[in-house]
Parts: sequence; structure tokens; C-alpha cells
Amino acid sequence: MKIIVCISKAPDTTSKIAFKDNNSQFDEAGVQFIVNPYDEWYALVRALELKEANGGNVTVLNVGGAENDAIIRKALAIGADDAVRIDAQTADALYVAKQIAGYVKANGADMILLGKETIDYNGSQVGGMVAALLDVPYVSLASKLTMSGTTATIEREIEGGVEIIETSLPFVLSAAKGMAEARIPNMRGIMAARTKPLNVVPAFEATNSTEIKSFLLPAAKTGCKYVDADNVEELVNLLRNEAKAI
Amino acid sequence: MSVLIYTDSNSGTLTKNAFEAANYGALIAKKEGITATAIVVGNTNDIASLGNYGIANALHCNDASLSNFDPQKIAQVIIQAAKKINATTIVLAHDYSGKAVAPILAAKLDAGLVSGAIALPEGNTVKKAVFSGKAFANVEVKTPIKIISVLPNSVDKAITNGNCAVENFSCEITSTRLTVKEVKKASNELSLTEADIVVSAGRGLKGPENWGMIEELAKELGAATACSRPVADIGWRPHHEHVGQTGLAIRPNLYFAIGISGAIQHLAGVNGSKVIVVINTDPEAPFFKAADYGIVGDAFQVVPKLIEAVKKIKA
Ligand SMILES: Cc1cc2nc3c(=O)[nH]c(=O)nc-3n(C[C@H](O)[C@H](O)[C@H](O)COP(=O)(O)OP(=O)(O)OC[C@H]3O[C@@H](n4cnc5c(N)ncnc54)[C@H](O)[C@@H]3O)c2cc1C
Repeated sequence: MKIIVCISKAPDTTSKIAFKDNNSQFDEAGVQFIVNPYDEWYALVRALELKEANGGNVTVLNVGGAENDAIIRKALAIGADDAVRIDAQTADALYVAKQIAGYVKANGADMILLGKETIDYNGSQVGGMVAALLDVPYVSLASKLTMSGTTATIEREIEGGVEIIETSLPFVLSAAKGMAEARIPNMRGIMAARTKPLNVVPAFEATNSTEIKSFLLPAAKTGCKYVDADNVEELVNLLRNEAKAI
Repeated sequence: MSVLIYTDSNSGTLTKNAFEAANYGALIAKKEGITATAIVVGNTNDIASLGNYGIANALHCNDASLSNFDPQKIAQVIIQAAKKINATTIVLAHDYSGKAVAPILAAKLDAGLVSGAIALPEGNTVKKAVFSGKAFANVEVKTPIKIISVLPNSVDKAITNGNCAVENFSCEITSTRLTVKEVKKASNELSLTEADIVVSAGRGLKGPENWGMIEELAKELGAATACSRPVADIGWRPHHEHVGQTGLAIRPNLYFAIGISGAIQHLAGVNGSKVIVVINTDPEAPFFKAADYGIVGDAFQVVPKLIEAVKKIKA
């Protein structure tokens, strides 16, 4: 089975979020970049588990410039067999999806896994777009995936519960918590990652459908109003009469 | 030119998020002087109530093949409805259903999608939360059709009392390779993303046996319960209650954080809440910086008193 795991680069979760050039660009100074947690913890690890159980090959796919090679090597260290980087500067989910779909059309894949969203742009877009461009089923926010032959049984999060879905290969799935347990790369994995293939392929022709014009930071809270622990009734009073929240 | 809103239903009635999406779409239409039409799929009984959210017309596709949720099929229906009314803006809720359907629509229509909008568009530019709630971005859509999914609880309702005419809409639906085998719902539990009030607790509660008072407070307030990540990871609470950067992002009107330190990853998922109340023994807990109201104190003493005070005011 040929599994493709799409990974994106994201700022570490503790990063200070700041902008530059008149708030038009994310300020990367001092920011540590990681593999987007949903892609790594859930999509990649589940792909590796499926491969370990049933055989096959796991390719990590990233759309981006050479500066992304470090996080791609991290995914190889965790256990992916090889990597492909589509050499393009990304700005828009539909553009990225067209790159991924273009690659899959040319090279084939049985299953495409990715995280439910990135922790920077929080789009939840690429997976569904890739599925639509390839005309294959899309299962979003999946928390469980089991394979039996070419049939997949998937648990998907819904409002206040889960849905059990059955589909067949090929499909696209976006992974959420529950899918797998994060793995930490070991020394052997890190050594092996250095020599695993990382193929760089040219971008497919596509245009951006959206563009970020500016960023802004949330207004700071004006300050916390403290209520004495012995005067809890006052809190309830404030919540009702001042905040009008209860 | 017109606005089309996909309004999702659940067990025969429209969802709260669907009404919010309808309100958002109706406000866009009003601003641009064009019409807003809702598209509803599957068995739904309360379509006419969309009139109270500014929607005068709804298309209803109640095809038997739509009884279970299948984003590919719903996208087919929405595309046909969009053609019929010449939609230039398509609105959905950024919830479980919208997250599945919106990207499919965008790719099929080759249209720009802004997901998780928190304000009405200004021209072609839409404001959305990014960096898991740590910042906002103004995103311009450059395609003739724009698709917007609205973050729940982010745009105020402008309720109007009106009528909504419902028209049966039959469409061509091609089959897919997806079947829903089972739907498991935690019964009578208020859904976290739809709740107006959320009572959340962290590792400060010491153990799962102490959640009784959290549940009781939630019950008195008509609130949903949530927790920090370590609490879900060690199995004190179910995973679906985990909020934060790597859990659910929520924006209730009122969020209680009890025994939660306020780590940046936790704040990211909850700082869109309108009012935040923090109860913590540590006056230096970072959460107080994000709070509107705070009590420095022991949860085991404060929460029972809070329950009594809420009971009193509600009586
Ligand atoms: C990549 C990454 C992603 C993450 N994503 C998330 C996420 O999505 N959501 C999330 O929540 N965390 C997330 N975390 C974890 C986060 O960094 C914190 O570790 C976590 O939020 C802490 O949980 P807590 O506040 O419950 O526990 P603690 O940090 O242990 O805090 C417990 C608090 O309870 C207080 N306390 C103790 N006793 C009492 C008492 N009797 N009464 C009142 N207060 C008391 C203490 O003063 C303390 O402030 C993430 C971490 C990483 C590295």
C-alpha cells in the first residue's frame, strides 16, 4: 500500500506571534519551526502503524522551499520511507491542494493522510480540496482508522459524538486526536533520515485564490477584576449585572 | 449575484450554527443589496424558522440518498443550488459539517475559501482568526465566487421576524464510495462548540473523582464541561472535552477556568471567549492575565460556594 502523508511547517506552539512590514508578514525572527502537530502526531504515526502491520510505503509530501527540508528530515526520522518536496512558495490552501493533487495524479497513491488543520492558518482546507480535485472520498476530523483489505473503517468526530464510516481505497483523511500516539524519533531514526531520499520536484501551474492582506493582534484584556474568595456571591452578581453573561 | 447559505440540520432540526450562518449570509446580502437563499438537505422540520434570521427563501433537497452525512453529496447539492440562484457568495458554518464540505466546494468551484470568519466581509476581504486564536488575518478572496465559513459564536444575531418560503429542490446526486455505518451521540450532553457557557477544569482538581462539583456547576449554569489537555491525556476526562491549540477551539460567552494554569497552548483555544473567569490558588498563574474576573483561591472551597450562589440567583 502506498500512503502519502502531507506535512506542513508550523511555528512551535510556544512561539511569540508578531508581525512585520506594516503587519503584512509573520515575523519569523526567533521562531522555531516544527512539523504541524496534527500532521506529525496523528497522520504520520497512523500511516507508519498501518505500514508496520500490512507492509507498504510511507512518503511524506511537503509543498514549500528548501527552508522546509529540516522539518521534512524530522518526519523521515520518525519513520517515513522517503520524502517529496514540491518546490513552490505557498500562500493559499487551494494552491497547495493543486500541487498535491497534481503530484498524486502523476504518481498514484492508495491513501492520503494529513492533519485536521495547521496550527498557524487554521484552515482545515487542504484535505477536502485534494479529495475533490482527485474525485475521491474525504473523511474529515477522523479519530480512528482501521483497514481490512482495501476497506477502511473510520471514526469521524461530529457535533456531540462520532460517526462510523466505511469507505474504500483511495481516499483522503484528515486526522484528529485519538488516531495515534505521538512518537519521538530515536538516534537510529535520526541517522537513517540523513540518507533517506528527499526528492524535489517542480511546482505545477496554479494561481492563488486568496491572499492575506494584513494581520492584527487581539486587543489586550483591560485587566482582571479580582473578587475575594470569601465573597463568591459578588462574582455571580458581577457576571449577571455587569458582564450580563448569566 | 446572490448569497447562498448551507444550513446544516441534525436529527430533523436546523443546528444553532446553521442559524448563525443564515444570519451572517443575510447580513451580507442586506449590505450588498442582493438576496440570500438557504439550502437545506435531508429531513428537516423547522426550515421556515430561517425567516427569523433574515432568510426569505430556502431550497430544500430531501433526496433519500441524503439521509446520512456525506460531504461529497452535499457539495453536489450546494453547487447545483448555487448555479440556480447565481450565487457569488456561499456561506457555511465552520463546524464539523462545514469543515468537511467547504473545501470540497472550493476546489470544485475553483473559488477562494476563508474558513473561520469572525466578522462580515469588507468588500472581498474577510477577517479570520489565525495562529489558533493568537492573532487575526484579513484575507482577500480573488475569485469571482467567494466561500466563507463562519466561526460559531462570533457574529451577533440581528434577529428579524419574517417568513421564509420553502421550495422543494430536486437535484442530480451521483453516488460515492462512502457509507455511514453508525452514529454515536453522547445523549443529553450539551455540545461544547455550541454552548454559551463552558465550565472547564485542569490538573488543579487533583483527580477525576473531583469533577462532581464541576458537573454540578455546569448543570446549574446550563453550561458544557471542558478540560485542559493533560487532564484528557491521563484519562480523567474524555478526549472530546480537551480544549486548546491542539484540542477544540471554542468561543463561548462565558468561560470558567478552574485549576488551569493558562499555558499559551490552552489560551490559544479559549481566548476568543467573551468573558473569562479564572479560579486558581496561585496568584501568579498566567491565566489571570487573560481573565476578566478572577478569584485567587482553592477550587475545593470556591466552587461549592459558587454553586450555591448560582442556585440562589437563578431561583
Ligand atoms: C505542542 C503542545 C500542544 C499543547 N496543546 C494544549 C492544548 O490544546 N490544550 C491544553 O490545555 N494544553 C495544551 N498543551 C499543554 C500546556 O502546555 C499545559 O501543560 C497544560 O495546559 C497545563 O494544564 P493544566 O493547566 O490543567 O495543568 P497545570 O499546568 O499543572 O496547572 C494546574 C493549575 O491548577 C492550579 N491549582 C492547583 N491546585 C488548585 C486548587 N486546589 N484550586 C485551584 N487551582 C489549583 C495551579 O496553581 C496551576 O495553575 C500543549 C503543550 C504542547 C507542548
